[in-house]
Amino acid sequence: MYAPAIVAEAFLNGLLTGSVYALIALGLTLVYGVLHIINFAHGALLTGAMFAVWAAHAGLGLDPYLAIPLLTPLFFALGYALQRFVIGPASHGSESNILLVTLGLAIIIENALLATFRSDTRTLATDYGFQSVEFGPLILSKPRLIGFAAAVLVTILLWLVLAHSDTGKAIRAVAKEKLGARLVGIDVGHVYAVTFGLGCACLAIAACLLMPTFYVNPRVGNAFVLVAFTIVVLGGMSSVPGALLGALFVGVVESLSGLYFGDSLGQLGIFLIFILVLLVRPTGLFGAKA
Amino acid sequence: MLEVRELLAGYGGAEVLRGIDMEVGAGEIVAVLGANGVGKTTLNHALSGLLAHRSGEIRFDGSRIDRASAAEIVNAGLIQVPEGRRIFPNLNVRENLELGSYRRGRERRAANIERVYAVFPRLEERARQTAATLSGGEQQMLAIGRGLMAEPRLLILDEPSLGLSPLFVEEMFGLVRRLHAEGLAILLVEQNVVQSLDLASRAYILENGVFALSGAAAELREDPALKQAYLGM
Repeated sequence: MYAPAIVAEAFLNGLLTGSVYALIALGLTLVYGVLHIINFAHGALLTGAMFAVWAAHAGLGLDPYLAIPLLTPLFFALGYALQRFVIGPASHGSESNILLVTLGLAIIIENALLATFRSDTRTLATDYGFQSVEFGPLILSKPRLIGFAAAVLVTILLWLVLAHSDTGKAIRAVAKEKLGARLVGIDVGHVYAVTFGLGCACLAIAACLLMPTFYVNPRVGNAFVLVAFTIVVLGGMSSVPGALLGALFVGVVESLSGLYFGDSLGQLGIFLIFILVLLVRPTGLFGAKA
Repeated sequence: MLEVRELLAGYGGAEVLRGIDMEVGAGEIVAVLGANGVGKTTLNHALSGLLAHRSGEIRFDGSRIDRASAAEIVNAGLIQVPEGRRIFPNLNVRENLELGSYRRGRERRAANIERVYAVFPRLEERARQTAATLSGGEQQMLAIGRGLMAEPRLLILDEPSLGLSPLFVEEMFGLVRRLHAEGLAILLVEQNVVQSLDLASRAYILENGVFALSGAAAELREDPALKQAYLGM
């Protein structure tokens, strides 16, 4: 058995990892909830965002945290344009087509990144990358604590937007009742694009929060999205609080099973619990009944 | 106010509306009556910009709206309360009403919500309740309330009595009468011939995509062909 402090540290580290998973899962769950498709380009877009953070640092000397106000609107615009001018028109209103178009996009983005940046794994060096904060016997990474605070803040902000703004209400309305939405004058194509844009903006923030402690290569996003997909199913498809709580839960499970089974098997715990939840509660932990 | 000329519309290879001519004047209440599957909902979809028409003209307040988007038609004040209510089931009652003024009447949203609550006190009692949990009649109230939030100049009601208990049907027709008395122009699209003819000043009888009969409601009530077809007399 491990000392309580070590277990507690693993638990907290799991929460820190989970919070960034939450941002990635949010984009996936939003797009699923509104467009009713799994966005296969999500991982490739995350990779793209991480390269953007890396390039902004390497090329312009821009700190990853300072890149947030630059990259978030940029990726919102990119996501909006992708949905409005590529995915939407190319899918001709059929949901199975959207699936294929996002899959095609993923291949194009990954290979474009591979051609541009080669397959090398890159990291960026900051002064604070290895700084830590001590809480009594616990030592936690400072950039990951910042990441946690920022990710929780963004999730709450997104939830507030969805709950209280007209745009947020329109997004929720379109998710369940498209015809009714059109009859109150909601432009469904615009709402789709805004949703996609929000998902991409979340990815940009996740990338900025990840890069001080993580690496990037042209395939890095896929591992995250596999976990994010698990979170989305666990949390209940298209639920924002579900995505946050599911992500924190998955982060903790991953961290604790890493502690007990060894680092390379950390994700084993996630999928074991995933299968268990699907057996016992197929709508997800926080999902509404179908 | 609303003028339709030689409207043809359909889906894919199927032609549903085969030449529709109709009008609704300001402050008038006009009924479009017909059985299931004769094209009533297709007509409504074409009027609201949900379905592209094949040919013909639709004018609202003198300007063409047959190429306008659904949002532009809402902007102009032509508001439809659709068949099957189509309220937002995952939003609460108040949020549903708020979205009624998503595009039109937003500045007077708070005041209009109070007006809707005055018409339907039940909705105020259930303001925080998710719309999916309302009864059928309450959902119909919500659908109409949401339509009123956009300050309609012409309100299309598609089968407001469908699926309601007889008592509620009475209440719904009473409400339509009150809205009309306040000066609102209404296009009532219904299967319920008897009650609709009592309410409307004029009516069109839709059969297989064309108007088989039209005229003053009082005359139509006495029409022998109509009596036989719809009233079984």
